[in-house]
Amino acid sequence: MLGNLSTPELSALLALSPSIDQIGTLERIARIQARSIKGAAKIQGLRMALSMIDLTTLEGKDTPAKVRQLCFKAQHLHDQAPDLPTVAAVCVYPTMVGVAKKALGASGIKVASVSTAFPSGQAPFEVKKLDTLYALDHGADEIDMVISRGRFLAGDYQFVYDEIAAIKALCGAARLKVIFETGELDSLDQVRRISDLAIAAGADFIKTSTGKIQPAATFPVVHTMLSAIKDHFDKTGQMIGMKPAGGISSSKLALQHLLMVNEVLGEAWLTNEWYRFGASSLANDLLMQYQKQLTGKYQSAAYFSID
Amino acid sequence: MSNSTWNLEPSLESVAQVQIKPQYELFIDGKWQAPLSATYFATVNPADEKQLSQIAQANAADVDLAVKAARAAHANVWSQLSGAERGKYLFRIARLMQEKARELAVLETLDGGKPIRESRDIDIPLACNHFFYYAGWADKLQEAFPGQQMEALGVAGQITPWNFPLLMLAWKIAPALACGNTVVLKPAETTSLTALKFAEICQEAGLPAGVVNIVTGFGDTGAALVAHPNVDKIAFTGSTAVGKQIQKACIGTPKKVTLELGGKSANIILEDAPIDQAVEGIINSIFFNQGHVCCAGSRLFVQESIAEQVLAKLKFRLQSIYVGNPLDKNTDIGAINSKKQLETIEKYLAIGLAEGAEMYQPECTLPSQGFYCKPTLFTDVAQSARIAQEEIFGPVLTIQTFRTMEEVVQKANNSPYGLAAGVWTANGARIFGLSNQLQAGVVWANTYNKFDPTSPFGGYKESGFGREGGRHGLSAYLKFSN
Repeated sequence: MLGNLSTPELSALLALSPSIDQIGTLERIARIQARSIKGAAKIQGLRMALSMIDLTTLEGKDTPAKVRQLCFKAQHLHDQAPDLPTVAAVCVYPTMVGVAKKALGASGIKVASVSTAFPSGQAPFEVKKLDTLYALDHGADEIDMVISRGRFLAGDYQFVYDEIAAIKALCGAARLKVIFETGELDSLDQVRRISDLAIAAGADFIKTSTGKIQPAATFPVVHTMLSAIKDHFDKTGQMIGMKPAGGISSSKLALQHLLMVNEVLGEAWLTNEWYRFGASSLANDLLMQYQKQLTGKYQSAAYFSID
Repeated sequence: MSNSTWNLEPSLESVAQVQIKPQYELFIDGKWQAPLSATYFATVNPADEKQLSQIAQANAADVDLAVKAARAAHANVWSQLSGAERGKYLFRIARLMQEKARELAVLETLDGGKPIRESRDIDIPLACNHFFYYAGWADKLQEAFPGQQMEALGVAGQITPWNFPLLMLAWKIAPALACGNTVVLKPAETTSLTALKFAEICQEAGLPAGVVNIVTGFGDTGAALVAHPNVDKIAFTGSTAVGKQIQKACIGTPKKVTLELGGKSANIILEDAPIDQAVEGIINSIFFNQGHVCCAGSRLFVQESIAEQVLAKLKFRLQSIYVGNPLDKNTDIGAINSKKQLETIEKYLAIGLAEGAEMYQPECTLPSQGFYCKPTLFTDVAQSARIAQEEIFGPVLTIQTFRTMEEVVQKANNSPYGLAAGVWTANGARIFGLSNQLQAGVVWANTYNKFDPTSPFGGYKESGFGREGGRHGLSAYLKFSN
């Protein structure tokens, strides 16, 4: 199924993307946000959210030492609290993949590498290909690629489709996350169209944002992407993963996102195999809330390590 | 919620702030008066069948006292005040209602069975907004009807239903007072408590005695109010059967009448609709307030090409609908308002099955105490089936398919009712084309069950006449002399 759709076939597929009503989407979200999560359900949700984090550092000033620290944190979120899960993955630039791979060892935590001239995607395909191969050669388990937003907005869907399919072909066993940078797209209809396109091109995960552009993982955008995953599953039986990234920095937001996954897709997606949070600061808020649930007391942020 | 191992725990709203007296008297002439009937009836919480309070049952003599008090208050006090002064009282009432919003919401949920999410987020805020809205009109009636001479009707007799007790009270009392009328209001017998709490708010607001009178009781109390010769206006919201009785009783009298009655509204999904939002719209149209909504979209029409998909999505969506304790903040569908209404709904479920329709209910566990009904879908429904023709007033949806616009317009209009309709399509021209052909007082496009004080509401055909809300709602409480 990789990259084998002709332009007429792709057009036919995208013509089937349903229109998305923004007001109705907001209403659906409001219902989910009105839910109250307490007690054991809250503890369960916080643990789930921790286990779904792609702990991320994507800075020009990243150093091997910083990445090693992050990898340690990924395995030891808060050793004062017993039996905590680890995060799902550490997400870095290709040049840091080797460092992360070594630091994480046999922990089972995946190394995700951004790729294809992240975050802008403004590079020739040959460069994107080398970027991806470099990350894979150094042991990346997952590739987070960005789409060519300019080509998508210009209506050159075949170009975007072929690019995703080509990167997917390079990935082999590595799982491919496709980043839309929804903050640069214009409407929920476009979010739906790119979701359908990326899934058809072979995305294992669809991902909202790079984290470099605001707005990022808003509820309407994530809801629209979840709906596309649901429709694809209903049609084919194939599960696609979801990764909201950027802007989800509090436990409350994370739990509401999990409720939305549960209601829109169902519990099969409530695992880090199919759902991830791309976040750097979310983990500590989850940990603080988790400790509050266990001890009944809020603890100072100073008790939680920053990296 | 049945599809998940991540189950939300009950999150119950506190009832600590709610004061319910063990017994309520009638509110006549600004005072609590024991009924001349010397009779009381119990009001129960439909969620657990426990008694909440004893309520005075007004007879014809009690109603007469209330009408006399309203007449005197109109002649001596209310008609003497300027519009701006009346507006001040309405603003004060609105603010007091806002201050007590949480208490009113919990009380509404306890007495009527509706989910706290709805009473907290919809009923009570809307009721407050109606008072704010009509408070603003009180000194601008001349601007509402330029060039016309007008005056208040006098005493308005108002009868409200049990589905939106305080909201319907607000729809009736706010415009009546703004226009300079005094009122005698009879709330529905199963849901009197928020009307009685409203009487306390009138006292606290210093509203002059007799301007608002609350007479509690059953149908005979309402009948006495309708028959009273000194009442100038009857405003009724309720069943079409009772509406017809009221209309007959008022023939040959000078009473002005407005009736807001039943419905069997069509919700129409075209093939180019935003499907996921349309499915959510179906949920809002029929399961809002347990389906106890006169304008509920109880007849769903789906275009054939997407019918299978819509039904599958609807069934999946029903898996994340919580049915249960109305005080639980996560409850989507609460308790059926009364045993009697639950029996009516169950009767129609049996009729639907006997008519050969296919019934679907999601798996969910209902509480052992109280009156509950699972959300229900009927497919393979004939246009001539009783479940597609008669108002069920419960969480029961009939689903029919159609091929052409002409067909769906015919089927949608093929009903004695004409209260509301919904149209779902991404095509703007179709919205207007279709809604112009639908015989319904309200047509919602790509949404459903949206209410606002500025928007008039009312029916066609046997769904009643007269409009409540908006500027139109004022004219129901005024007489024009030129």
